[in-house]
Amino acid sequence: MTYIAIIFTAIFTQNFVLQKFLGICPFLGVSKKKDTAVGMSAAVIFVMVLAAAVCYPINKYLLVANGFEYLQTLVFILVIAALVQFVEIAMKKYMKPLYNALGIYLPLITTNCAVLGVVTLNVQNNYNFAMSVVNALGSGLGYMLAMIMFAGIRERMEGNDIPKFWNGLPIVLVAASLLTCTFLGFTGVIDNMFPGAMS
Amino acid sequence: MAEKKTSLGGEFTKGLIRENPVLVIMLGTCPTLAISTNLENSIGMGIAATIVLFFSNIVISMLRKVIPDKVRIPCFIVVIAAFVSIIQMFVKAFAPSLDAALGIYLPLIVVNCIILGRAEAFASKNNVLRSAIDGLGMGVGFTLALALMAIIREFFGSGNLTLKVLGHGTTLVDICHLGDGNLLSAIHAEPILFFVLAPGGFFVYGLLIAISNSIARKKGKGVADINACYVCENAEGCMVVADGENAGTIVIPKPVVDTEPQVQKVEKAAPAAPAAPAAEGKEEK
Repeated sequence: MTYIAIIFTAIFTQNFVLQKFLGICPFLGVSKKKDTAVGMSAAVIFVMVLAAAVCYPINKYLLVANGFEYLQTLVFILVIAALVQFVEIAMKKYMKPLYNALGIYLPLITTNCAVLGVVTLNVQNNYNFAMSVVNALGSGLGYMLAMIMFAGIRERMEGNDIPKFWNGLPIVLVAASLLTCTFLGFTGVIDNMFPGAMS
Repeated sequence: MAEKKTSLGGEFTKGLIRENPVLVIMLGTCPTLAISTNLENSIGMGIAATIVLFFSNIVISMLRKVIPDKVRIPCFIVVIAAFVSIIQMFVKAFAPSLDAALGIYLPLIVVNCIILGRAEAFASKNNVLRSAIDGLGMGVGFTLALALMAIIREFFGSGNLTLKVLGHGTTLVDICHLGDGNLLSAIHAEPILFFVLAPGGFFVYGLLIAISNSIARKKGKGVADINACYVCENAEGCMVVADGENAGTIVIPKPVVDTEPQVQKVEKAAPAAPAAPAAEGKEEK
């Protein structure tokens, strides 16, 4: 039950992009077309889950066990950077179709705050291994949901006659604001659906 | 390299308004939106980021001739992460309430594109003094923009505007005791919750960029564009071409300005066309 609650929380009430504001740069930059939005968020889900799975044992058995908690940020960002490189190389060699679909987005992800964010959140919430991975999966799915919805909105906005004052980025931010408003509707849903699960 | 001619004072002030990292160059959007619900936290965040920016710019500028070009981004990240860890420990020790309020956004200064962006665009090409001043100016500009957003959001969203030094000590600004019957007390009585919630962040940010764009348009300068990727032209993290026939192309600008930016396509070599905006940015320097 806890796992389902974590997934729902990560997708709806604590959406990474719309509620936590993580990964805003690609959210604004890569969301002009649905195809690129899907590719980017698929790559994010992939790297997030992998990073959560790799960082958990490193944190538990290497850092916490030896009292090096203060190195967490440094180690995590290095692990993520190395991981992205490694995944890119491995994918290129062994999984050509997957690489063609996601490969171009992978270098973008090293400095994406969403990935470091999910790893840091797992540590701060004291999640165990399974919870960490589930949280990463949920966060990634939430990221994808927000990206795809927003790409749809932006495709519709393309030909509209927008006042010069709002033209360009400002109107996109206002659209994001309205999309975020709809997600506010989920507030409290988790507590009612899974009483006590998120305590 | 016109940049060499700017005075040190100009190096500092350009970060405040003309090249404000948040409102003009569009960097560091994540913490801006997330933290700006509260003036006190915004200034705390701004100061933390300024310190990191200042020291990482100094160190990266010192090491700029030692770091090999190919691995520069990981090297920059390590330097930045080291300073972020130091700041994190300081904040935890001396301002635990700020640490609790900033939460994960404090360690996330590591991936704040302002810092990596300045390392890549400025500190790796300029001497130590200039880089230090640039870092300071950009940091103060970041703090000012954050504070501006926080003033709007906290004022309308909670009806309060309090600023205490490090969570204890004297209250510097406190508008809730300004008397009854005026506009301030009306907002205090019924604050507009929208502004402190997530949508308000996007909205106020959009509004501020619209204002800053219209000022820039009046002066005949470029405006903050949706392709923040083009504008920031630094971290490979933002370098994908989002649309057009070359969608998915990754433009990696070379630190040496002379040649035109390198365009890499995974499958086949792409024509140089999409790199044009990045190239223009380069030429200005």
